[in-house]
Amino acid sequence: MKKLINEPEDVVDEMLDGMVEAHGGLRQLSGNEVIVRDGAPIDGKVGIVSGGGSGHEPTHAGFVGEGMLDGAAAGEIFTSPTADQLNEMVQACDGGEGVLCVVKNYEGDVMNFDTAAEMADIEGVDAEQVVVNDDVAVEDSLYTSGRRGVCGTILVHKVAGAKAAAGGDLSEVARVAEKVIDNVGTMGTALTSCVTPEKGEPTFDLGEDEIELGIGIHGEPGTERVDHMPADGITDHLTEAVLEDLDLDAGTEVVTIVNGMGGTPLSELYVVNRRLQELLDDTELTVWDQWVGDYMTSLDMMGCSITVCAVDDEIKDLLAAPADTPALTIQE
Amino acid sequence: MADATEQTAVVLEAVGAITERLEAEKEHLTDLDSAIGDADHGANMARGFAAARDQTADMEDADPADVVKTVGTALISEVGGASGPLYGGSIMSASSELAGGLDEAATVAFAEAYLEKLQDRGDARVGDKTMVDALVPAVHTYKKSIEEDDLPPLTALSKAVDAAERGVEFTVPLRAKKGRASYLGWRSVGHQDPGATSTLYILEELLDVAADHLEGEIDRDATSPTIPDDEPEEE
Repeated sequence: MKKLINEPEDVVDEMLDGMVEAHGGLRQLSGNEVIVRDGAPIDGKVGIVSGGGSGHEPTHAGFVGEGMLDGAAAGEIFTSPTADQLNEMVQACDGGEGVLCVVKNYEGDVMNFDTAAEMADIEGVDAEQVVVNDDVAVEDSLYTSGRRGVCGTILVHKVAGAKAAAGGDLSEVARVAEKVIDNVGTMGTALTSCVTPEKGEPTFDLGEDEIELGIGIHGEPGTERVDHMPADGITDHLTEAVLEDLDLDAGTEVVTIVNGMGGTPLSELYVVNRRLQELLDDTELTVWDQWVGDYMTSLDMMGCSITVCAVDDEIKDLLAAPADTPALTIQE
Repeated sequence: MADATEQTAVVLEAVGAITERLEAEKEHLTDLDSAIGDADHGANMARGFAAARDQTADMEDADPADVVKTVGTALISEVGGASGPLYGGSIMSASSELAGGLDEAATVAFAEAYLEKLQDRGDARVGDKTMVDALVPAVHTYKKSIEEDDLPPLTALSKAVDAAERGVEFTVPLRAKKGRASYLGWRSVGHQDPGATSTLYILEELLDVAADHLEGEIDRDATSPTIPDDEPEEE
């Protein structure tokens, strides 16, 4: 299939080069596929870092900047960064107050961040880890690798970043991050498979009249394949699954995200958001804020995910705090 | 086997053979990974071993254990994902078992240490549809063939490769319980595990290189029991 690339193995490097060119506040660590804030490390501030396989842009490097991440490590497409890459990022983002690593729950990411934290510890850097696992499609049991970390991760970046910017210490920053993780759920659907640069063709075959429900963000098939249906039907299905899992009390305030998977136009995401808000109007929940856009993508996959996160006053303040990053700007 | 320099030459030959094999099987491994994972296993393993070959290229005079350790650290730095720490970390940590050279006892100790580290890090058991399904029968067969059946190392290794091959076939009907494939639940049934498959390829290349340097018969039709008790704790 046609792709706007040069050589498959150069995609990540060339993407990072282009990103740093475009955004003055970013800098790449020499010889390492890690993007940090230009001023990193910020003295006296807890560093917030994340990372994972590439292919989810703007995640993670697009959220590097004031009020969010200090550093983001980019692995190969859909492949966790290596431990020494992550260790170097942690070192580069430690302003003396320690570093919080926001990790999406995949075995590779968790293993490599674990190893990096051990390496950083030897260098005298205090690195703590929070693991985001918001995907309600995956059963969390002894017999799975647990739930995946997907779009809810962006809210963790925002909240942890704001808390650190406000002077929170490492344990406070980790606490608010965990609070988001405990209160967020996501489920996604794919209308098409993504095409990785290396493979050059769809990772899975999906008929014209079929969709996948409960997909991840790496082209791994979902938990269920069903007949294609109108946007409202898909939205109903995803929303019900998320709300059932979160089981929120009446009166709870929530933030919603309709997230594009990379290949779906914004117009369609708004169609989904319209139905999502209709559905929430019929519940006892109160929508405090709505995000619509491509935040956590899966290359060129068509589809979307719906995220719902319960928020209290503390989390609302942190979400509303200013941020200045390539992919998310919140004015004072 | 002869002195350290000759042993090192054999290790370097094996690294080269594995690198070529993984490059040749890159697309096949990626296809297997597309079905139940994220379509990157072939490229990652090929890139990792190519780096291992480059980083060990001028180590002819090093101890074999140091060469093996360098292979491990190269994989940790280059492969990424879960395969990097699993393959690389386990090779690196088991390499110390070869400090006294590549005799029979040392290779058994290496295989056991590799398996222990892998299971420690990956937390997978036989039946979870992972590389452990190829590795456990292979290591168990190798150890038993040498320690109990008193077979020559080459014959023992050939039986181990055979056991690994049957372990790979055994992954097809399984439901994955670890790794990306576990997200598919029952839909992972019917697909061969890519990690078990790359483990088999590596063992096959080790056998191929060993056959040029060791005495003994190659017996790929082993029928000895191969899987030790490894019952899940609860249902």
